[in-house]
Amino acid sequence: MENLVRGWEVIIGLEVHAQIATKSKLFSSSPTAYGSDPNTQVSFYDAAMPGMLPVLNENAIDQAVKSGFGIKGTINKISRFDRKNYFYPDLPSGYQISQLYYPIVTDGYIDIELLDGTVKRINIERIHVEQDAGKSIHDLSPEFSYIDLNRSGVPLMEIVSKPDMRSPYEAMQYVKKLRNILKYVGSSDCNMERGNLRVDANISIHKPGEPFGNRAEIKNINSIRFLGQALEYEIERQIIAKETGEEIVQETRLFDSNTGETRSMRSKEDAADYRYFPDPDLKPVILSDERIERLRAEMPELPDEKKQRFMSEYGLRANDADVLIDDKEVADCFEKAVNASKFEPSETAKLIANWMISELFAILNKENKTIDTIGFPIEYLAELVDLIVDKTISGKIAKTVFAEMVSSGHKPVDIVQELGLVQIQDEGVIRKVVEEVLSKNPAQVEQYKSGKTQLFGFFVGQSMKSMQGKGNPETINKLLQDLLSKM
Amino acid sequence: MKNYLTISEAKKCLMSREFSAYELMQHYLNRIKNYSKLNAYVTLDEEKALASAKHADERIAKGESLPLLGVPLAVKDLFCTKGIRTTACSKILSEFVPEYESTVTQNLLNNGAVFIGKTNMDEFAMGSSNITSCFGPCFLPYRKKSKPDIELVPGGSSGGSATAVASDLCVAAIGSDTGGSIRQPAAFSGLVGIKPTYGLCSRWGMVAFASSLDQAGPLTKTVEDAAIMLKAMAGYDQKDSTSEKVAIPDYTAFLGQSVKGMKIGIAREYLEGLNEENLALLEKAKSWLIDAGCEIVDISLKTTSYALPAYHIIAPAEASSNLARYDGVRYTKRAKNFSNIDELYVNSRSEGFGEEVKRRILTGTYVLSAGYYDAYYTRALKIQKMIKDDFRNNAFSKVDLILCPTTPNTAFGIEESANMSPVDMYLNDVYTVNANIAGLPAISVPAGLSKDGLPMGVQLIGNRFAEAEIFKVSHVIEKSANFAELRKEIITI
Repeated sequence: MENLVRGWEVIIGLEVHAQIATKSKLFSSSPTAYGSDPNTQVSFYDAAMPGMLPVLNENAIDQAVKSGFGIKGTINKISRFDRKNYFYPDLPSGYQISQLYYPIVTDGYIDIELLDGTVKRINIERIHVEQDAGKSIHDLSPEFSYIDLNRSGVPLMEIVSKPDMRSPYEAMQYVKKLRNILKYVGSSDCNMERGNLRVDANISIHKPGEPFGNRAEIKNINSIRFLGQALEYEIERQIIAKETGEEIVQETRLFDSNTGETRSMRSKEDAADYRYFPDPDLKPVILSDERIERLRAEMPELPDEKKQRFMSEYGLRANDADVLIDDKEVADCFEKAVNASKFEPSETAKLIANWMISELFAILNKENKTIDTIGFPIEYLAELVDLIVDKTISGKIAKTVFAEMVSSGHKPVDIVQELGLVQIQDEGVIRKVVEEVLSKNPAQVEQYKSGKTQLFGFFVGQSMKSMQGKGNPETINKLLQDLLSKM
Repeated sequence: MKNYLTISEAKKCLMSREFSAYELMQHYLNRIKNYSKLNAYVTLDEEKALASAKHADERIAKGESLPLLGVPLAVKDLFCTKGIRTTACSKILSEFVPEYESTVTQNLLNNGAVFIGKTNMDEFAMGSSNITSCFGPCFLPYRKKSKPDIELVPGGSSGGSATAVASDLCVAAIGSDTGGSIRQPAAFSGLVGIKPTYGLCSRWGMVAFASSLDQAGPLTKTVEDAAIMLKAMAGYDQKDSTSEKVAIPDYTAFLGQSVKGMKIGIAREYLEGLNEENLALLEKAKSWLIDAGCEIVDISLKTTSYALPAYHIIAPAEASSNLARYDGVRYTKRAKNFSNIDELYVNSRSEGFGEEVKRRILTGTYVLSAGYYDAYYTRALKIQKMIKDDFRNNAFSKVDLILCPTTPNTAFGIEESANMSPVDMYLNDVYTVNANIAGLPAISVPAGLSKDGLPMGVQLIGNRFAEAEIFKVSHVIEKSANFAELRKEIITI
């Protein structure tokens, strides 16, 4: 059996909490903007003042439905909100409104790619919509805790997988893929630094053939890297425990990103009884066929489909397609550039992909920019590639033009004109240069003729140099070969 | 100034400048002082009340005309009133002053009403005698012939509103009804009280007891007043997701219309165990309706007796959750002594809630707990559905309205009530909870006096949104009973 860790099979299931991208909260009109001063985005409802009532933000429901399409799930035409009751100072009403009994989406899946290239299906049990709680701040005063209710009532989707993952790698791949889908759908911006995507991981180990072990739930992991670390740590901890005869107890654990360790938060015995029951302040959510179809029609192309299309339509390799579709904006830019080119995609698409993946990404990384802050329109990249394809400039010169384009933001055509970088195509001119190079370097010519053929590159370089790199490399090669063979 | 002014009388006098809204307000404020021992009001802001009356006078002078312009009303302390303390008669909210106005009270203000003050009630509307208020009990202004020394309860939970109207400390009042809290005090106090169809009045800004059952409604001296006031209170509110998008007709237009051919059902289950006085009253009401041309139809509603137990699962379950927000963290009264967050919760809630509220929170928490949820809560919901189906299939497919008693008995003594077991107390709601459980409109109309000289009411239950029919038929009962004359026989204090 694969994936065993020292003879143990690992079972992982994830609950991902994604903040739904809406302007206002799930049940009030307070804004959801990030980074506002504490308690400035709080309505009477959010503070659970007496007699205040929830009014559902229908947009949040639309986004959840689209997310459901994104994971190929079943959209439930009737769903319902329940109250999850518990006391906590940053939960003003004493209950969180969630969907326990009738979630809006059930039975979806995501296909992830494993290291060996095979595809594995991770099943998703449900997506339900719920409110976020506020924030308790304990470190501002030795005496008091402070409460910020800005997040109170912010809409979340909880996306619950089946326990289908067998390694930290699979778990990380799953979250990456899920994040990508939600970003494509536009239902969440999935900004993990802002806490817009948080993961609870359930993990247990057992010997193959034996029943599943007791699971630990690691709460509130806020990065994919931490998810990997937390799971790795937890696997070690559980194996050591089991191998030293210790019982794994079902419990909730916290991951400490400073130490890379998880520690026990509360055991099952302390677990609260949340006394879920249908929220009497809200009617069931009933989705009409029209609404479902309208949302279906609004669905963008999803990452998997886009990848397939990039491969079949533009002849991209799987790896390159993967890199481009990883970020929807990058994928869109790629297509924009391909469309802007004056040549057929069959001639330019692969080149554009290469330029984006190597040169453009290098600049983005170096300058810590994103594709929309790069400083020139993506159509310029198409123009640059067009200049290569029509042989106005060589690939080498193109790098100079690209660098100039990045620093000045000028059009490639203008840069080529300004800097006089147009490729020398005239065979007569090139022949003169090549002849001169050969006649200036008789010693090297002798060595070449006596068998040191690697000197061919030297002649190419010298010729290029005297043409400031603008000579057509193919012509240079052809002429050199021609002349040297006759010498 | 004429005593026991109705809304329509007050309106007429105000518009004809017989007296000003200011004078009327002053008149009530004086009476309230004289009758302070009744403990009908828990919060009065005389200055504010007089100022709003004065403002109403200015509007009247300008020729404005609104259905309730200048009419002084009392508001049950369950409704949030902007800038005026709102406590639900609980110690835990004793320092709460809302920054907002409930939709129902705002609707009344928009119709020109002026508010006198906030009335006493059972804590968080939990009770049938107004003895659970943190401000102490409110008293019925009437006495039994046989035992005139015994202080009686006004019923509950809207006891303060009932007493304020019955002892003429306001023209009319707002109440709320979760299991009978408008109708039972109305019956005890010789008033008209209607619980509208669930969703007719917005719950926004009304302190929640049991969200799926709570409805606001008027407590008035006449059916006409109830019709005027309900029209002013009701209406769709986008801030309440359970509010219904229905047009609110002018209910007064239905008063005096012929009821000929209307079918009135009497369910035999409501007659079982009914005392003689109640039976006799029902017979009387029946004959009045027959005289008016109604057809009386014998029906059977087999689920009737299940409503009370279902109610005492659903209502506390919702209450246990609704009252979780009163935790001592924000606007509620915080205990002085605590050393950690759990103690803050426990001490604030232990000190802040009264016994009956604690009992219901415990009951509600229990019935929602893991292992008991299906046995209690799920079953109660099933029963609720059965009851709804029963009304639909076995009542309203055959009849327009159901006639039944409002309460099993007349007003009882305060001392007696203090010694009653909770379950005996809960039996007060036995004829009223069905309408709440099924979300149906129901009215209590004063129809007679007991041998002991206390008011008795009869109840009409209608199909959803049958308020107009209810007013039409109750108007017939009101006229036939001639309760205005009977009222003079009551021993008042």
